[in-house]
Amino acid sequence: MTIFVIAEHDNKVLAPATLNTVAAAAKIGGDIHVLVAGQGAGAVAEAAAKIAGVSKVLNADNAAYAHQLPENVAPLVAELGAGYSHILAAATSNGKNILPRVAAQLDVDQISEIISVESADTFKRPIYAGNAIATVQSNASVKVITVRATGFDPVAAEGGSAAVEAVSAAHDAGTSSFVGEELAKSDRPELTAAKIVVSGGRGMQNGDNFKHLYALADKLGAAVGASRAAVDAGFVPNDMQVGQTGKIVAPQLYIAVGISGAIQHLAGMKDSKVIVAINKDEEAPIFQVADYGLVADLFEAVPELEKLV
Amino acid sequence: MKVLVAVKRVVDYNVKVRVKADNSGVDLANVKMSMNPFCEIAVEEAVRLKEKGVATEIVVVSIGPTTAQEQLRTALALGADRAILVESAEELTSLAVAKLLKAVVDTEQPQLVILGKQAIDSDNNQTGQMLAALTGYGQGTFASKVEVSGDSVAVTREIDGGAQTVSLKLPAIVTTDLRLNEPRYASLPNIMKAKKKPLETLTPDALGVSTASTNKTVKVEAPAARSAGIKVKSVAELVEKLKNEAKVI
Repeated sequence: MTIFVIAEHDNKVLAPATLNTVAAAAKIGGDIHVLVAGQGAGAVAEAAAKIAGVSKVLNADNAAYAHQLPENVAPLVAELGAGYSHILAAATSNGKNILPRVAAQLDVDQISEIISVESADTFKRPIYAGNAIATVQSNASVKVITVRATGFDPVAAEGGSAAVEAVSAAHDAGTSSFVGEELAKSDRPELTAAKIVVSGGRGMQNGDNFKHLYALADKLGAAVGASRAAVDAGFVPNDMQVGQTGKIVAPQLYIAVGISGAIQHLAGMKDSKVIVAINKDEEAPIFQVADYGLVADLFEAVPELEKLV
Repeated sequence: MKVLVAVKRVVDYNVKVRVKADNSGVDLANVKMSMNPFCEIAVEEAVRLKEKGVATEIVVVSIGPTTAQEQLRTALALGADRAILVESAEELTSLAVAKLLKAVVDTEQPQLVILGKQAIDSDNNQTGQMLAALTGYGQGTFASKVEVSGDSVAVTREIDGGAQTVSLKLPAIVTTDLRLNEPRYASLPNIMKAKKKPLETLTPDALGVSTASTNKTVKVEAPAARSAGIKVKSVAELVEKLKNEAKVI
């Protein structure tokens, strides 16, 4: 068995989600090869070669892969991956974009967002916004799987010494082109990788009030998230959204401030180790999953909390 | 141009589902069903394209049980022109659905196919991408903005770090994200009119598509319940618990 892992990167840095994906591959067992598809991503390939447990890195360097357009990358993955037992990618926006296209090209069903490996062909994944866990078995010749990063502890980024092999295959479907991107800038840790997450909801009342959460987060070294209500109300940009339709997080500590705890939000954070809820409505559903609940006005409690930690 | 929109009948998003005692699935008997929220956004986008004069005809398609006609009628009431139901009693995987949609695309020849980014029941997020692979079209997934100009469409996509814009040659596949638009409600007169709009029924066999799957659901369980927490009285007590009891700060 040899497992093919698609590296998540931006041509410069290897994303941490790749380490969680390799961890899932290690649980399946077998040789692990990593594909770096990009342009000028040599540093990423070198970083991938150092990941513990990786035995080979394939570096596909081509202008067609620069922005990881699925029309170009999927045929590459399908071509290279056809001989492998498993193809894995992190369930990031890139992984979700590319991998189903690969699965269809290989004529196999995909298994999305696995949270555990039961055996080489059997996996667990949440359905219905995390309200049920399905055990799914695949008899496909190549098992195509996306991995929910929070379900697996990352493997060590150092310690491996895999060989890097250049791949010359170039696919340019010519059906799509990159126009531009607008990335939100933040000095705080990345939401999905942070050990502590402080999230605000509709109760924050406006975007300006998020400054209270930023102050608390900076003191804790935490990332700041938001509920869909806060995003839809325009308080904060949508890449901060935690939930079924946003990001899935599982930090050590999740502090929900002014968040009622709708099903769709809980789907994104209920695997956090410790959940704290600060809400003035003591009937709010968030208190049913919170380890520590504080019924209080957030505008008094949050500044006080910031002072005391 | 012709726009094809795929819609799915799913359990209503407000319903808290329960797992069946025999672990064979979730209990959907007597549960409220609705159109998948992302599909509503897809229908709305198609209707807006028609209102702008970009789209000339909207065909809405659903693959599922006979009762999925209700969701197709809803789409017709929202502004779709005609509907196609590919009837299948069994639960189909995303790949099977993509293959059936491919067969419909082959006969209808739409310039744009709009789907939701994921269904809130299976949470797969696969069908649009798979349909794009089978048709060989470009894909604009997780769209928050769609602009058709000439023979291409510019799609702004929600990605992990922010937003990305790609340009796709038509015909193309677009999957909707939440912020693409705010779906309208169907008015009563439109609901009445929708009853007279054409609804064609097909079967996978008639389309010549095999719905065999390489995946099998072995069992479905309830997630591990979190143990009940406590309510603290003050911020000081909260900090003390986090430091000494939970040891997370």
